[in-house]
Amino acid sequence: MLLPLVIWATAVLVAASFAIKRWWFPAPINAHAASFDSIFSVNLLIMGVIFFVAQALLGWLIWKHRDRGQQARHSEGSTRLEILWTSITLLLFVGAGLASTGLWYEVHLSALADAGLKIEVAAKQFAWSFRYPGPDGKFGKTDIKLVNDAAGNPFGIVENDPAGKDDIVSSALRVPAGRHVQLLLQSRDVIHNFFVRELRIKQDLVPGMTIPFRIRADKPGEYEIACSELCGLGHHQMRSVLVVVSQQDYDTWLRRQAAQR
Amino acid sequence: MAAPAGRPKVTNMNHGFLRRYLFSTDHKTIGLQYITLSIFAAFVGIALSVLMRFHLVYPESRWRLLETLWPDGAPGGVMTPELYLSLMTMHGTIMVFFLLTTVPQGGFGNYFLPLQIGAADMAFPRLNMLSFWTTFLSFVVLCAAFFVEGGAPLAGWTAYPPLSAVGQIAGPGQGLGQTLWVLSIALFCIASLMGAINFITTTLELRTRGMSLLRMPLTCWGWFTTAIISLFAFGVLLAGGVLLLLDREAGTSFFLPAGLMINDKLLANKGGSPLLFQHLFWFFGHPEVYIAILPGMGAVSTILATFSRKPVFGYRAMIWAMLIIGFLSFVVWGHHMFISGMSPYSSIAFSLLTVTVGVPSAIKTFNWLGTIWGGSLRLTTAMLFALGFVSVFISGGLTGLILGQPALDSYFHDTYFVVGHFHMIMGVATVFAAFAATFYWFPKMRGRMMNETLGRIHFYLTFIGVYAIFIPMHFAGIAGNPRRYADFAQFDFLKDLSFLHKATTHAAFFTAAVQLLFLFNFLWSWWKGPKAGQNPWHATTLEWTLPSPPPEENFGHNPPQVHRGPYDYSLPGAPKDFLMQQEER
Amino acid sequence: MNVAAPGARRRASHTGLYAFLCSVIMFFGAFTSAMVVRRGASNDWKGIPAPDLLWVNTGILALSSVAVEKARRHLREGNRKNFNIAWSTASLLGALFIAGQILVWKDLRAAGVFLNSHPGSAFFYVGTVAHAAHLAGGWIAMAFLNWQALRWTLGPGKRTAVDVASIYWHFLGLLWVYLLWLFRFWGN
Ligand code: HEM
Ligand SMILES: [Cu+2]
Ligand SMILES: [Cu+2]
Repeated sequence: MLLPLVIWATAVLVAASFAIKRWWFPAPINAHAASFDSIFSVNLLIMGVIFFVAQALLGWLIWKHRDRGQQARHSEGSTRLEILWTSITLLLFVGAGLASTGLWYEVHLSALADAGLKIEVAAKQFAWSFRYPGPDGKFGKTDIKLVNDAAGNPFGIVENDPAGKDDIVSSALRVPAGRHVQLLLQSRDVIHNFFVRELRIKQDLVPGMTIPFRIRADKPGEYEIACSELCGLGHHQMRSVLVVVSQQDYDTWLRRQAAQR
Repeated sequence: MAAPAGRPKVTNMNHGFLRRYLFSTDHKTIGLQYITLSIFAAFVGIALSVLMRFHLVYPESRWRLLETLWPDGAPGGVMTPELYLSLMTMHGTIMVFFLLTTVPQGGFGNYFLPLQIGAADMAFPRLNMLSFWTTFLSFVVLCAAFFVEGGAPLAGWTAYPPLSAVGQIAGPGQGLGQTLWVLSIALFCIASLMGAINFITTTLELRTRGMSLLRMPLTCWGWFTTAIISLFAFGVLLAGGVLLLLDREAGTSFFLPAGLMINDKLLANKGGSPLLFQHLFWFFGHPEVYIAILPGMGAVSTILATFSRKPVFGYRAMIWAMLIIGFLSFVVWGHHMFISGMSPYSSIAFSLLTVTVGVPSAIKTFNWLGTIWGGSLRLTTAMLFALGFVSVFISGGLTGLILGQPALDSYFHDTYFVVGHFHMIMGVATVFAAFAATFYWFPKMRGRMMNETLGRIHFYLTFIGVYAIFIPMHFAGIAGNPRRYADFAQFDFLKDLSFLHKATTHAAFFTAAVQLLFLFNFLWSWWKGPKAGQNPWHATTLEWTLPSPPPEENFGHNPPQVHRGPYDYSLPGAPKDFLMQQEER
Repeated sequence: MNVAAPGARRRASHTGLYAFLCSVIMFFGAFTSAMVVRRGASNDWKGIPAPDLLWVNTGILALSSVAVEKARRHLREGNRKNFNIAWSTASLLGALFIAGQILVWKDLRAAGVFLNSHPGSAFFYVGTVAHAAHLAGGWIAMAFLNWQALRWTLGPGKRTAVDVASIYWHFLGLLWVYLLWLFRFWGN
């Protein structure tokens, strides 16, 4: 009769280890991350309650109906019960699914008044590069044949295109706090993934595609960017940082970088 | 496909050793061959995972053995990232294909489907033999990848192109190793298709008198549904594999877009779509998880009923749930691709379908609880594993509902949260069902009992062990830890998780070691176990009407006449607490 | 297997065949959707090569199906001699079709159209080779029956084998028509 005890103990330990939140999300740095956290909490609560009740019930049934020489009840089922639990779970599961679609819609589908700042992101085995259009607000032409990491041209910017003259290439992603930023995600070799924990979002970078991806960070600071799609032997070291600064600092930085070019 | 169905069974027993044990056409021998292959594959897979977990928490340590095994992969005895990733790839591939897909269907299904429906053999015994040997060849080809130049592939069991398609320049192991991987999977597809054809035909055509579809044990329904899913899924993977192979070897551009620059080398490919492969793969890949779990669901239902001395609660609901799962499993593949760059609108559709597929799984769980409710539970080892299955299925299924929501998956995709989820629901649940089935049917297959004391110890330690391994992985995932990282030293936020990973690793060592108890029990009981009677569990289905082990011709010239459903336990007014399917009263 | 039930073996063979056909349909279904997606994904679609010789091959394949049906009718009527003639004709035509396909591939190569030339050519080769491989399987079964028939060792029990081989053969004919439509009309 060990089993009910083991199941109960496991359920309590699992529930407790989720409850203490010792290993948990980093603090959110924007409204999206905050709503993510609350939606996740609600989900966790629902799942947690189901988990706990189901495991407790399982243990209790094993305990209560252990063989003590009693005759088992012959019962083939109950259509009423089937209908009941099918509809309850259907409502609950689909409800949970629907409840979070708003959050998804917001990030990927909602229209924006402010088109925001555009920054190109280029991934390769195993490094990140970021390109800013510079003061003219326009990206210069690129040519894959001109890509040369050693010469500091990971995007293959065409030398004599005037629009490209002031483009800024950086190995960290620096953005102004509180503004929408439109990332244009590209990969030149294999699939990578752009993931910032504090933003609670990630997106694959697929070769052959330019995937627009919107982010907004409100809280200044440095946050790690971790590649989250297996890209080869250096996958675990494909790191960069998202540097969120005030608009003022950002403008200064942009001006200084452009001047250096 | 000239089959000897309807003709007296070809017997192998009066032939030589080769025909009797190696190239036998008897479904029981073939079932045991599959089981043996799977047990071997499982221990290889476990060994690989132990090496991986060891490396993750002791990345610097030098280990002579590693250098001996992989001179290039572990110079000086320190594991390189490429070796780590190739161990990971092989672990996943071996476990998913050669354990989870092989033992429930090829192993137990082969052995018991004909017995449970009162047939003398599978419909196409020679095709059956061919399926096994193709599976075996597929395994050999896969393992050969370890021994070729560059070693085993490192693109994961999902083998996404371009990484898997551009060859050696993308990394060691992406040369010949990856080619062998694709070939192995293609062979596996062919073997599984042959198996599926056999299972479907056998179920539809070879049922004995009175064995209507709605009198079949749920195990048979599990194998039957699995076979149907396999039939529709593996052809698609095969097509994907063929195209991938051509991109690798023939210079086509199915999956490779223009302007690929790998390792500073510009490739000539044009126009292909990496997402296309993902669609083909997951169209197979999601049904695959149900291919793994459905036979286990069937076995657990039967075992719970037998040891509760009660009919399965909601027998028809269980069948409907399986069929609905089978159908829905083909329309949810996109939940593996929420963040892949496909249309965000389709994510919403896939998401709603995904949470819906949770419903039949929940129905099954409720019915399992209903089955033990009011029973008289005999906690044999088989029963312990079946109850343990219910527990881990609940734990693993609930996290699936979180992952099925794109907004939440945008954080959890490719983190350890996913690793925790699918190990619980796919790995552990299926393996628990396989353990339950082993303890339940070993007496029939061998005519001897397995040791119950050892079995119980094995169960409790494994049960605690798997929770100790896979629950912490969820926390690593919540903290954002990406999966498929060979090393956690490069990121600041990962340093905080070292305690978690240490704990996981030690739990893994412990649980892996505990599995030796099972191996010992299995082998010891095989030779030395006490004799089992014909029907040691007082079960109702047809295999228990035969001697243990059953004679080669099964029912011979008098196939049984079935009079009742599969779970007539504790019928009021009956003289004993079970009535077998062929008993009139 | 139920020895008592007559026709069990015949039914099993048919069920097995239909199950097999399902998996073949899935394979070519996946092939088709890959082609649709691939065409839509990029702007490098240059059509699919579909030489006129394909019409001739199609005619040959259609004739072989007709011969198969004739043979089956003769077999039902118990006319072994005519069965042998018709079945042999079908086998010959089948072999001719495969030879014709090989000729198509040779012509294309001579014209500089290779597997990796462009997406259309890649799908053409994959589709036709996959079809030919399935057909070759059917042809081997057909030739095996033919060999037995010509040696008069094709017992009455082989009706099932003849029927199964015929259904498979017709199926491959239909599949071919579908592929031809894809290549000649949809693809261009
Ligand atoms: C309640 C039902 C389930 C739901 C809602 C669900 C949902 C999901 C989702 C959304 C993912 C993708 C996560 C990601 O990659 O970001 C996933 C992964 C996975 N699931 Fe489930 N799942 C369920 C049941 C199952 C079952 C029954 C199995 C196996 C028997 C299974 C095996 C897997 C596996 C192997 C993966 C990992 C695939 C990979 O390598 O990416 N799941 N699940
Ligand atoms: Cu990466
Ligand atoms: Cu899935």
